[in-house]
Amino acid sequence: MIERTPLLNILSHVILLSGLLVILFPIWLAFVAATHTLQAVNSAPIELLPGDQFWINVKAAWQESDFGPKFVNTLIVSVGVVVGKITLACITAFSLVFFNYRGRMLIFWLIFITLMLPLEVRIVPTYAVAANALQPFQVLLDVTGLTSLITWLSGIEIALEWNLLNSYTGLILPLVATATGTFLYRQFFLTIPDELVEAARMDGAGPLRFLWDVLIPLSKTNIAALATIMFVYAWNQYLWPLLVITDRANYGMVVVQLSDLVPDALTTGGGTPNWHYAMAGTLIVMLPPIAIVIFMQRWFVRGLINTDK
Amino acid sequence: MAEINIRKVGKTYGKTTIMDGVSLDIHNGEFVVILGPSGCGKSTLLRMIAGLEEITSGDIAIGGKVVNALEPRERGCAMVFQNYALYPHMSVAENIGYALKVSGMPKAERLAKIEVTAKSVGLTEFLDRKPGQLSGGQRQRVAMARAIIREPKVFLFDEPLSNLDAKLRVQMRHEIRRIHNTVGATSVFVTHDQHEGMTLADRLVIMNKGTIEQIGTPEEIYDRPASIYVAGFIGSPAMNFLPGRIGPDQNRVVLDDGQSLDLSGAARAGAGQLVQIGLRPEKLTFAPAERAMLKARFDFAEELGSGRVYHLKLEDIPLSLTSPEKRPMIEGEVVGLTFAPDAVHIFDGTSGLRLATTRQTAQVSAMA
Repeated sequence: MIERTPLLNILSHVILLSGLLVILFPIWLAFVAATHTLQAVNSAPIELLPGDQFWINVKAAWQESDFGPKFVNTLIVSVGVVVGKITLACITAFSLVFFNYRGRMLIFWLIFITLMLPLEVRIVPTYAVAANALQPFQVLLDVTGLTSLITWLSGIEIALEWNLLNSYTGLILPLVATATGTFLYRQFFLTIPDELVEAARMDGAGPLRFLWDVLIPLSKTNIAALATIMFVYAWNQYLWPLLVITDRANYGMVVVQLSDLVPDALTTGGGTPNWHYAMAGTLIVMLPPIAIVIFMQRWFVRGLINTDK
Repeated sequence: MAEINIRKVGKTYGKTTIMDGVSLDIHNGEFVVILGPSGCGKSTLLRMIAGLEEITSGDIAIGGKVVNALEPRERGCAMVFQNYALYPHMSVAENIGYALKVSGMPKAERLAKIEVTAKSVGLTEFLDRKPGQLSGGQRQRVAMARAIIREPKVFLFDEPLSNLDAKLRVQMRHEIRRIHNTVGATSVFVTHDQHEGMTLADRLVIMNKGTIEQIGTPEEIYDRPASIYVAGFIGSPAMNFLPGRIGPDQNRVVLDDGQSLDLSGAARAGAGQLVQIGLRPEKLTFAPAERAMLKARFDFAEELGSGRVYHLKLEDIPLSLTSPEKRPMIEGEVVGLTFAPDAVHIFDGTSGLRLATTRQTAQVSAMA
């Protein structure tokens, strides 16, 4: 739509710019706080211009939070979530869209319902499963009476256990099992014309060949979008790592570490809050997701609006 | 190279029957066009040959081997789709060579074959482009090249020209016929366009509501349509139909408006039988009143450039006549019409089937 409305143009730009300001100002404050000494940060009028303590604060925050290994941990978990999620979503959606079998819609709706049940809502049962991933099977065996039957027959008592606490697997799996990706992929696969599927069949390509040669190249932008979203999602996880990881030295994630820098009664023991370190840490932790978003932005946007066809 | 034998094939979706007992034998190297309106089951039949659609009942054999349970890739068919169905992310060369890649042909050999095939359809300069950068006609060529390169026993075409503009359509029609003649594979071509059907086919198959109405050469179908349906479907403008009743002496037909036509004993029908008289617009000519076999009122005319289509009315029945002659006429004017006696087609009034005329029967027996 082409309109000549200079006033409206100026107005909309003003609105956009003020929105940008609202978003950028806190980040600016965090940056400024990260560049001052403890005294300057905690003095009454807030400093609005950066000081000269930036590298000192960053270094201190890095050391205090042991960010080196924690970054590696978080990277492993985030990449694990991204790869697991994309693989799972792609294969699930492939099955749901291109194959015709009984209960297909039921399965889709079951997956879809999990969209309404984020991890935070089902955190207790998820923790129970993480504590013993084989618990559901144990329950099944107990309820059907198989356990007692086997005990009675052979004297062996069945007690299945697979503990996922304090492990990368435990961190990754519950984050992978959500419906967002499956849903995104399903919607994309539905736009693939039937004729393309048939042409591939005529050309002699089996289902997996079709997935690999046609669907995956066509869904590159979707993969980029999903990868970006999932990376940021996994990187920002706080509640789940906090619960499932008690061995913080080996498996700690950055956001949980960051929370230790943020001053509260527990960490500082009521002393002067170390805002300058906390803010420096925040800036460090923010960097990888921002880098990913900037790097993937081009494909990411195309993947979400889905016009590259 | 293979013949296709379709034996009593039926197709049902749930409880709806789409196709019932269709039988058709296609000879080796023949070009068969399946023609019919949308929804008549022609595409379904083609897709059953291809293996994209399951066969509910009956058998389809390709090259003497029943293929009902075979996957499409095992049937030796190549198909050209209506919307081309090119892989959008692959270059033209990759599109053409994909089937060979899947079958595991070494790269060097594959590239050589792609080169040759692309040349045969005039795509050499476009091999590196993506389908999105090509025009409709070029995409259609890629789709054809993709079919040709596999050297299939059978070519299947599913309305491949319907997305092209009129001029390109004629051009591609010639191209398809040329490819058929050089490759020599059996071709089955589905369309709803009678011009495509008439011009391309060795034999035409006219389908209606999931059954075959008539099989024959384009000429046979045009000259001796087996039913009112076929007669009305083939020919443009469509054949005129005049309802009437065989007169008492069996030599005349009395039309509903009271006029009567001399059939000179042509019809093999009992006196009083309800019939439909079919007359092709191009077989009708204007005649002075004293020689006129029929009289009708002029309604309006359509200009064709090379001639005109005159729309007339016989009572309420519309009647059209094509003629290169351009005569001035006034609406409502009564004109006389005449036609050659052998231009008359007579169909049973209730079943719609052709009633063999004695003259034509005589011709057939002379031929045999």
